[in-house]
Amino acid sequence: MILHLAPGLLDQLIEHGQQAYPQEAAGLLLGSIDGEDRRALQLLPVPNSFDEVQRTHRYQIDPRQMIEAEAQAEAEGLDIVGVFHTHPDHPPVPSAFDLEWALPWFVYLITSVEGGQVVDHRAWRLDDERGAFDEVQLSGLPTQEVP
Amino acid sequence: MSSIRVPTPLRPYAGGNKDIPVEADTVGQALQQLTETYPALQAHLYDDAGNLRPYVNLFVNDEDVRHLQGGDTPLASDDRLTIVPSIAGGTA
Repeated sequence: MILHLAPGLLDQLIEHGQQAYPQEAAGLLLGSIDGEDRRALQLLPVPNSFDEVQRTHRYQIDPRQMIEAEAQAEAEGLDIVGVFHTHPDHPPVPSAFDLEWALPWFVYLITSVEGGQVVDHRAWRLDDERGAFDEVQLSGLPTQEVP
Repeated sequence: MSSIRVPTPLRPYAGGNKDIPVEADTVGQALQQLTETYPALQAHLYDDAGNLRPYVNLFVNDEDVRHLQGGDTPLASDDRLTIVPSIAGGTA
């Protein structure tokens, strides 16, 4: 599987992640499905609903925000294809907490922010047995393919 | 007949369906019918002990069933039961 990212999307993610540091930033990836691959066309930042202390190591998106995001995606002819979040001062590798809360099918894009600067991105997908994440290849999407 | 709205990440385990009609009197019966029809959903909705996974939220129309009667919440024929995932994660 490949996660294709629209031009400029990573720049938005970097800005958002660095602004939120040392707290975790999170949100949704809106886009389309291309066979086994996903195209992330829009970044939809969503407030982290954990309290200020927990936000340094956890994020949560309120279910009512999900209802609104689903409606927004549907109105634009898109799907929610994945989730992004930052790992402040940690590598972009899923934690046990990420595994516990992971949904199947979604792509999880994790961005590592070290000392306030984004240093790496990696993407993952939960396997069907819910036992582990498989890494997903990241790729840029040519400008002409973005609506 | 009431219906269940399945969120995008669970649709591949529900025959690709977004809205699934059910004949059920309560939320609990509707979920049971759903997992009997689509057994692949079981592991993603329930843990090994048979409890709903922490990310599973259930709304009848616009009301969270936690504020109603949970699994015993009655379903009328024109009600929609929506499965809404909570999204969470983090470094620890």
